[in-house]
Amino acid sequence: MKRTGVTLTLIVGLFAGAAFADDATDRAIKARQSLMQLYAFNIGGLGAMAKGTVPYDAETAGAYAANLVSLSSLNQTGLWPQGSDVGSYPDTAALPEIWSMYPDIMTKAKGLTDAATAMNAAAGTDLASLQGAMGQLGGACGACHKAYRQKK
Amino acid sequence: MAGHPGHRVVHKRSDLLRRLFKFLVLIAVCGLGVFWFLTRPQALPNDALAGLTPDVTHGESVFWAAGCASCHATPDARGADRLVLSGGQSFPSDFGTFIAPNISSDSVEGIGSWSALDLANAMTRGVSPNGQHYYPVFPYTSYNKASLQDVVDLRGFLATLPSSNTPSQPQNVGFPFNIRRLLGGWKWLFMSIDWVVKTPPKSVEERGRYLVEALGHCAECHTPRNFLGGLKRDQWLAGGPIPGGKGRFPNLTPGALTWSEQDLAYYFETGFTPDFDSAGGHMALVVENLAHATPEDRAAIAAYLQIVPGVKE
Repeated sequence: MKRTGVTLTLIVGLFAGAAFADDATDRAIKARQSLMQLYAFNIGGLGAMAKGTVPYDAETAGAYAANLVSLSSLNQTGLWPQGSDVGSYPDTAALPEIWSMYPDIMTKAKGLTDAATAMNAAAGTDLASLQGAMGQLGGACGACHKAYRQKK
Repeated sequence: MAGHPGHRVVHKRSDLLRRLFKFLVLIAVCGLGVFWFLTRPQALPNDALAGLTPDVTHGESVFWAAGCASCHATPDARGADRLVLSGGQSFPSDFGTFIAPNISSDSVEGIGSWSALDLANAMTRGVSPNGQHYYPVFPYTSYNKASLQDVVDLRGFLATLPSSNTPSQPQNVGFPFNIRRLLGGWKWLFMSIDWVVKTPPKSVEERGRYLVEALGHCAECHTPRNFLGGLKRDQWLAGGPIPGGKGRFPNLTPGALTWSEQDLAYYFETGFTPDFDSAGGHMALVVENLAHATPEDRAAIAAYLQIVPGVKE
């Protein structure tokens, strides 16, 4: 009787563990998608000025750019658990190559930090500098999206 | 005479059979002749480029507008490496997997020994220097609308690019698609020299048409294809499935695309969508090319997309 109880507890524990693991992966996926939204929001603020849909304001632009520098310096290790790719999780667009191409990911991540730093130097200067820095930023985003994101 | 009536009948029948056979042979020969005629590689006349001299600087802008590096650079090339056109990218399709050849200036493995006319025949006729048809994965069905001056300029620019002695890989295409002569029939059916948008109202849209329908070869991905791989020109730029992959190429016609002209031009410049997501997949390469274009050319492409016939999703 006691043994059955222990076994049952173990089995339940295993299932709960598996369920918990899944839940943790889902949360990591949600968190990294939120990070992408934060990027998009701040780049969007800069982009609206670059396009001319919103008047240029040096202080606001500087704040968006500083946020980008902060975001690009976050340690993302916990956001990308092994196996959390589009093959197993339909809500993500992350291709499995992300986990096999690690050095390249780091190179591209550095590309984004460099682009954000360049934007931070440009955004508060004037509109022309801000506009000039948008291309490098777009290229840095695209570098990873080109190689590691599943087409919609 | 009356004793051998059957003999004459037999004689007549064999005569009839012989005539029928001759007739069938004649039909077959005619058929082969028509096939041979329709499927023959049709090169330009030898004097087609007479009087044209290359403008290498303009050739560079043709190079980026035509997107040569997107397919002919090595699969992972970035920055200056994109100018080493040693080939090797693969393009899966329903007909087999095509592998981009070396078009660097190496005179053995690349196209260093090509004349401007060789390049013009390749780009506007889909015919190789030794008179073979190219597969239409090489977008000559779009480049055939390019001006020969632009091709001559491009030849001049390509000659300035580095050489690479990486050999081109054979095309991985099964029977019957490996019979290149059949491509003559494909061209006869599906290759058109006509513009889709016949009369662009303004010169900016006409420039956009040239960039989209000729050099940029946008329709090669963004227009759906029939079962033989011919473009459905009545659904011009209406999007379609990605061969050998998941997802779809988006519909760019006013029937589906909600982006403004300004949004489009900005996307071409920076790769940012209106909600500041960024271009992915092969389109990220296209945006890298468009970054080399003038703001006027990017605006022209955006203007052209406004006057394309709308196709609903």
